[in-house]
Amino acid sequence: MSEWLENHLPKVVLAPSFIAVLIFVYGFIGWTAWVSLTRSKLLPKYEIKGFVQYERLFDSPRWDTAINNLYIFGALFIVIAMVLGLALAILLDQKIRVEGFIRTIYLYPMALSMIVTGTAWKWILNPGLGIESTVRGWGFENFTFDWLVNPDFAIYTIVMAAVWQSSGFVMALFLAGLRSVDGEIIKAAQVDGIPTWRIYTAIIIPSMAPIFLSAFIVLAHLAIKSFDLVIALTGGGPGYATDLPATYMYAMAFSRGDIGQAAASAMIMMLVVFAIVVPYLYSELRAKND
Amino acid sequence: MKRFAFATASSLAVLAASSVMAEPQAEVLHWWTSGGEAKSVAVLQEEFAANGGTWTDMPVAGGGGDAAMTALRARVLAGNAPTAVQLKGPAIQEWYEEGVLADISNVAEAEGWDKVLPASIAAHMKCEGTWCAAPVNVHRVDWIWANADVLAANGIEMPTTWDEFNAAAEKLQAAGVIPLAHGGQAWQDATVFETVVLGLGGPEFYNKALVELDPEALTSDTMVKVFDQMRTLRGFVDENFSGRDWNLATAMVMNGEAAFQIMGDWAKGEFLAAGKEPGKDFLCASTPGDGYLYNVDSFAMFDVEGDDKRAGQELLAKLIVAPKFQEVFNLNKGSIPARTDVSLDKFDMCAKISAEDMATSSENGSLLPSYAHGMALRGAQAGAITDVVTAHFNSDMSSQEAVQQLADAVANSY
Repeated sequence: MSEWLENHLPKVVLAPSFIAVLIFVYGFIGWTAWVSLTRSKLLPKYEIKGFVQYERLFDSPRWDTAINNLYIFGALFIVIAMVLGLALAILLDQKIRVEGFIRTIYLYPMALSMIVTGTAWKWILNPGLGIESTVRGWGFENFTFDWLVNPDFAIYTIVMAAVWQSSGFVMALFLAGLRSVDGEIIKAAQVDGIPTWRIYTAIIIPSMAPIFLSAFIVLAHLAIKSFDLVIALTGGGPGYATDLPATYMYAMAFSRGDIGQAAASAMIMMLVVFAIVVPYLYSELRAKND
Repeated sequence: MKRFAFATASSLAVLAASSVMAEPQAEVLHWWTSGGEAKSVAVLQEEFAANGGTWTDMPVAGGGGDAAMTALRARVLAGNAPTAVQLKGPAIQEWYEEGVLADISNVAEAEGWDKVLPASIAAHMKCEGTWCAAPVNVHRVDWIWANADVLAANGIEMPTTWDEFNAAAEKLQAAGVIPLAHGGQAWQDATVFETVVLGLGGPEFYNKALVELDPEALTSDTMVKVFDQMRTLRGFVDENFSGRDWNLATAMVMNGEAAFQIMGDWAKGEFLAAGKEPGKDFLCASTPGDGYLYNVDSFAMFDVEGDDKRAGQELLAKLIVAPKFQEVFNLNKGSIPARTDVSLDKFDMCAKISAEDMATSSENGSLLPSYAHGMALRGAQAGAITDVVTAHFNSDMSSQEAVQQLADAVANSY
């Protein structure tokens, strides 16, 4: 008996969580996929009606806006957060004094919830309360900074707040990566008289490729599931100019009683996540098999 | 442990007692959780208890009822619906179609609801001829509020046509006053939009366009004019309106920063709470044009099992529509009673105007459901229209384009 237990203990311990994940993650993905093929309105129905919800989804100008916003927000957020995080990490890596203190300062925004970040930035960017009125108060009467209330630019305010929140975290990731590069190689390069910037671009950064991938995956999924930041900062407005797929899905499922439509948009969101995560998993698994 | 045992024992005792006596039980799901609203519900709760009932309160705050609807969906799917739920308009019919509403016709007939409720409001409370919900109040949506001093200082009368309103607004703008206090949230844009549809198109057009969703009406020249007027109104709103809450816009009228606000009569509560007097400090009038847009809160009765719950449901329905509760509740909430035979002595002048207009408009058929507040259309259709309205208001979209998008969005919402 005890021998059997010894052999099977890992499986026994893992089984409950395995079953829970199977039901609550994959089971409900399947359920959502099913519902997205029905005409469900207020309550879910199970009679399959084909791809009508997807047709409605792609005919909807609001969904168009949401998807475009996801591209704009996702691309800018990931690129700027990575560039800024890397720059901060490299600067911090110059063996400066009080590094621990500065690192904490940059990391702290991560400790705030997105709701707090969104609300604070809403006040900072509000033309009547924040930057615009302050600068005008200094005597620059023509100064305008109304991105928050301008439908064409509102999405960029979300990028700003999200970058502010996350770049410190990306910095910490990169800093760990920088520290893990073999010091001997760098010393050898220095002995050869290679300039510092070349050491970074040719040796250190290429050797951090896995860190880049991790940072990308973390930021990408943050971007796709972004919801609370939009709700707190713009409420999806002006109009629906800053809608993202997640807020679209919420509006359909919970405000409008259009569950089929919400399920279809959720499936599309999942496909976008898959498009990013599957290549990553594939490369990870292949690396192990080799 | 001891306390737990005691609690279990006593709750078992209560259960045993209630199953013997079948005393009225009601579990009520609502989202009236803020100041004046919570007070209003407490009135009902006390009356229910005074009549020997046991009230189980189930307040779910947040999201203008979204959170409560999520809770309701979960309860219904689990086969354990609350006794009564704060629901309104077509949502009642939607739930009825899911086959989960109860029939309270015996109460309604015994109490003569048909005689005291305006016909179009009574129609919302019926599901295929049987009564399935009880109305609590009538909010009027098409109100225009004004700061009396600002109007007097600029020599402006309360406008009775949209042209008059535009002329007055231009004058105010020249004098450095914000003509229209508005909050840039989708539902507020929709509120202004529906009053413009009613004002420019008239009750019949409103009914065709926003109740029957007739594609011809939606793409008509009148609708183009409505969007033109929305564009004009956009020019009367201050720069900083995006995302502003409605009560902050009301405050702008109160302190003279702005002259007008278009908002339902819950705005009156803000004025009164700040110690302002109707007729003296602030003015109320219906928005330019004929007709009356109502927003009626009601409790839908869900199918429940057990005599005690059925008894509770019937008692609750009776109390909600009874004159006493209708008076007390609506004095607290700023709306007017749904039944027409309640004395209005204790109500203010705006409420009296509202009640009078409700009676006349009920007679001439211009008593209409508000689309922006979920009375006229189902969620998906109303949402589709609101999307277009708010997109137009917040961009430089042309009126023709807006009209086309409106028709497309409605067609795509089924």
